[in-house]
Amino acid sequence: MAATTYVGKPISRVDGRAKVTGEAKYAGEFNTAGLVYGYVVSSAITKGKITKIDTSQALSIPGVLQVFTHENAPRPAHFDRSFKDDDAVAGAPLKPLYSPEIGFSMQPIALVVADTFEIARYAASLVEVEYKAEKPETDLTSKPKGHKAPKGKSGFTPPKDRGNAKKAFEMADVQFEAEYVHMPEHHNALEMFSSTVLMDEEGKLKIYDKTQSAFNSQKYITQVFGLSKDEARVVSPFVGGGFGSGLRPQYQLYLAVMAALELKRSVRVTLTRQQMFSLGHRPATLQTVSLGASEAGALQAIKHEALSETSRGEEYTEVIVNWSGSLYQCDNVKLDYYLRNLDVSTPMDMRAPGAATGVLATETAMDELSYKLGMDPLELRLLNYAEVNQLEGKPFSSKALRECYAQGAERFGWSRRNPVPRSTREGTKLIGWGMATGIWDAQQKKAAAKANLSVDGKLVVASGTADIGTGTYTAMSIIAAETLGLPIEAVTFKLGDTTLPEAPLEGGSWTVSSVGTAVQEACEAIGKKLFKLAKKLKDSPLKKAAFEDIAFADGRIQLKGNPSASVSIIETMRQTGINYIEEETTALPNFLKQMKYSRNTHSAVFVEVEVDEDLGQICVRRVVSAIAGGRVINPKTARSQILGGIVWGISMALHEESVLDHDFGRIMNHNLSEYHVPVNADIHDLEVIFVEEHDKIVNPLGAKGLGEIGLVGVAAAVGNAIYHATGKRVRDFPITLDKLL
Amino acid sequence: MNSFTYTRAETVDTAIGEIKAHHTAKFIAGGTNILDLMKENVERPDHLVDITRLPLKQIETLPDGGLRLGALVTNADTAYHPEVQKRYPLLSKTILAGASAQLRNMATDGGNLFQRTRCYYFYDTATPCNKREPGSGCSAINGFNRIHAILGTSEHCIATHPSDMAVALAALEATIRVSGPNGERTLAMADFHRLPGDKPQYDNNLEAGEIVTSIDLPANGFANNYNYLKLRDRSSYAFALVSVAAALELEGDTIREARVALGGVAHMPWRKPEAEALLKGQKATKENFRKVAEALLEGAKGFGANTFKIELAPRAIVRALVMATEMKKK
Repeated sequence: MAATTYVGKPISRVDGRAKVTGEAKYAGEFNTAGLVYGYVVSSAITKGKITKIDTSQALSIPGVLQVFTHENAPRPAHFDRSFKDDDAVAGAPLKPLYSPEIGFSMQPIALVVADTFEIARYAASLVEVEYKAEKPETDLTSKPKGHKAPKGKSGFTPPKDRGNAKKAFEMADVQFEAEYVHMPEHHNALEMFSSTVLMDEEGKLKIYDKTQSAFNSQKYITQVFGLSKDEARVVSPFVGGGFGSGLRPQYQLYLAVMAALELKRSVRVTLTRQQMFSLGHRPATLQTVSLGASEAGALQAIKHEALSETSRGEEYTEVIVNWSGSLYQCDNVKLDYYLRNLDVSTPMDMRAPGAATGVLATETAMDELSYKLGMDPLELRLLNYAEVNQLEGKPFSSKALRECYAQGAERFGWSRRNPVPRSTREGTKLIGWGMATGIWDAQQKKAAAKANLSVDGKLVVASGTADIGTGTYTAMSIIAAETLGLPIEAVTFKLGDTTLPEAPLEGGSWTVSSVGTAVQEACEAIGKKLFKLAKKLKDSPLKKAAFEDIAFADGRIQLKGNPSASVSIIETMRQTGINYIEEETTALPNFLKQMKYSRNTHSAVFVEVEVDEDLGQICVRRVVSAIAGGRVINPKTARSQILGGIVWGISMALHEESVLDHDFGRIMNHNLSEYHVPVNADIHDLEVIFVEEHDKIVNPLGAKGLGEIGLVGVAAAVGNAIYHATGKRVRDFPITLDKLL
Repeated sequence: MNSFTYTRAETVDTAIGEIKAHHTAKFIAGGTNILDLMKENVERPDHLVDITRLPLKQIETLPDGGLRLGALVTNADTAYHPEVQKRYPLLSKTILAGASAQLRNMATDGGNLFQRTRCYYFYDTATPCNKREPGSGCSAINGFNRIHAILGTSEHCIATHPSDMAVALAALEATIRVSGPNGERTLAMADFHRLPGDKPQYDNNLEAGEIVTSIDLPANGFANNYNYLKLRDRSSYAFALVSVAAALELEGDTIREARVALGGVAHMPWRKPEAEALLKGQKATKENFRKVAEALLEGAKGFGANTFKIELAPRAIVRALVMATEMKKK
């Protein structure tokens, strides 16, 4: 590969200073004179009906402007389709304050609007509600029966069976079957959902929203309220964490816009941490994995069945079981996925949706099988290595998983592992080593970007994508600076605004591959114009060159073979009398090229744990994660992504769980004190290895996307290490200390 | 959060007067718990009396060799005070096992005793709770009760007291000094908190209008052989599932005196002097420690999700005592 100035070099976040100084403003921080505040009243029951709602006391408080309930709130749109956003699933989306029916815990039932947040909050406590409650059903495991999941959004295709898994399993020398369960998780990004709706004198709205797609929020608002795009601009420059929760508009957006239009004022609605637990979540799943193998360890049958929760109104699906058809070479595979409708809010994509949970089950089962076979867990995986993706019947565009296994194992010291469980101890601590594989998609979506190079040498690049903390600002600045050979300080990247070129939802790990490709193309288009101008210059050393012969570096256009034959970019523009060059492009995936291949990222995760023999306390001492994710644009933010994924994997294995009281159908640990994620003291030595792949099939940049792969496999590796340490297998996650006593 | 009035008291007497003058007034010092409870509408005081200016911020040596902790000394200042670190390292370690650095900087020693339970149902006004709303019922008994009590429970309440510091104070036999409308009095730590019985709305035995002015530590701080073992779901910023404050006075391998207090298992720090007496004059062995554990856990009752504590607590007691023994041998 050609030498680069920025791509592949560790670059600090270009927005880092703005973030640490507080200069970066989030949706709930944009103020205007006369702004008023909405506070959401949440249902105290999970299922049933409001029989009486009395707002008189709340309305009597000075400063209260209005209390909206199902009795007086407008119903701007009738059909479900008006409420369908770009990430909506099959079914009827929530229509806030449309009816007295209650379908899930903490459903929004009123909005109090007042001059200050404090008055609104106080008045909200004075809204008196009477209910006719019904017994809710929220326990997925109480009746493990569901219906076949329908073909769903974002790539869930019911997987095809291959061979005869039932028969092959029965015939297999070695059989292993087990059931795995984990509870729901809530995204709980640091920033609460908030929308600030500013209304100008003409009644047009400028909406600051916490979202992973300003365009999606705009689409939803314009459809529901019958506004034109010009009347509802959505802006979202910074997002304090999304993890998928911002892929769909949340109800505070609807309520804030509704109140602004009704009251003809600027309104802000911010949810509380407790209300964050009323939103979509990673659904609980109950999974059965059956593995049949020869005595030598060759997989002969894989059966993977998952039952997952969804709401009464919507059919949320995710790709849980399909991965089991791709991970290993096996000719007999049966994959089934069922949904059960419960009295819960509709689940939503959460970082590595489906894979985080499906691969957890498969990779735990593979570990269990390895002990049954008396084989090293890594050896078992290598023996069954999938050279092609049998699920899709296609080769992989690239797959450096074997190198991930090798480099990860080497770094970790896997070859020194004593295979016997409970064989290593230090005082009262039992030490265990475990590993697992991870897989995720490498996708590219249609995306647009524009770039403007002015004669002062400043390059402004824009696309209406989002930066949810992932480093989009930085990655795009790197790609733009690299493409035009400009210093990164000369580049400004703009995002999160519906007046900018349209970008896809910020999710699925496809932002760098999609928006990055568009940015590269827009900058290349400028480069071509520059080159034409440069050829026209008097005594131009590039006169006879073709575009393929030149390179952009150090602010100059130069001949590839002879860098001294060059012209300055600024001088070129100056001398040709050009003040600026602007180009806008829409980058489309090369479907013809891509469809012949399976495009995936892979990982190999190695974990060391210690477990207190008497007290069950678990400490993850060491993690090595080797990632095959194509070309790495910015190793610094890429590493941060993977570290975050590892931490979340540890969280999933040991801490995280939204605990329901099924009598009330209510999540009881709905705060960050009792909904546990790891603290700094829980996280120790984490190491990330990038095994680069040179893959021009996934997209012209060769970047596969790293947002999700860092999480997949980690929880399984932790659980596998705990088994190796203690000899005790826990199949319901999270693994808390009481399960090891 | 409801609307409330606010005053700042400059003396203990005016603070007591202010509290009496209002219907449902509350003191506020560090505010690390009361503000949360107000935001959740669990506490709805009509008036707050700010006591942060009261002259109760000293740590001073007492004539009997003990140490007086002013009620308004912060948890952080207490834990890092040289006298506390030297003479009462058990207390220092215990405080530092609780909350987070930010919370310990705000929270006061007096306020720490008044922390309310972290029972999920107590905190959620959508569910019945006898402690929050007497007579409404206890949701935890048949509900999600992972963090709940196994000792001293009643059919009305199975909440635990969440404080770490109080567990060490119980083991050290601290005395609580209070002032009130009827003057000053002292309570032994063992008499300060109470079991829920049929009045779970009361966490302690203070009379209306009384305020804690200091926590007095006796001269013996068990500085040589002690431990605070806190078992929880993550390494920091989580309440104890089970915690053990253990303190020993050893002569060689022989125990002269032992103290063991448990946190996370009852409505108050759990201590039984008769269980501790089993160790007097005995050897510091696991077998003997197990006997104390058994005696301390006598009558323990689980409610489902918390039943594991009946197994975990004895193991924790033995471990804490073993670690205390191994610290220093005279």
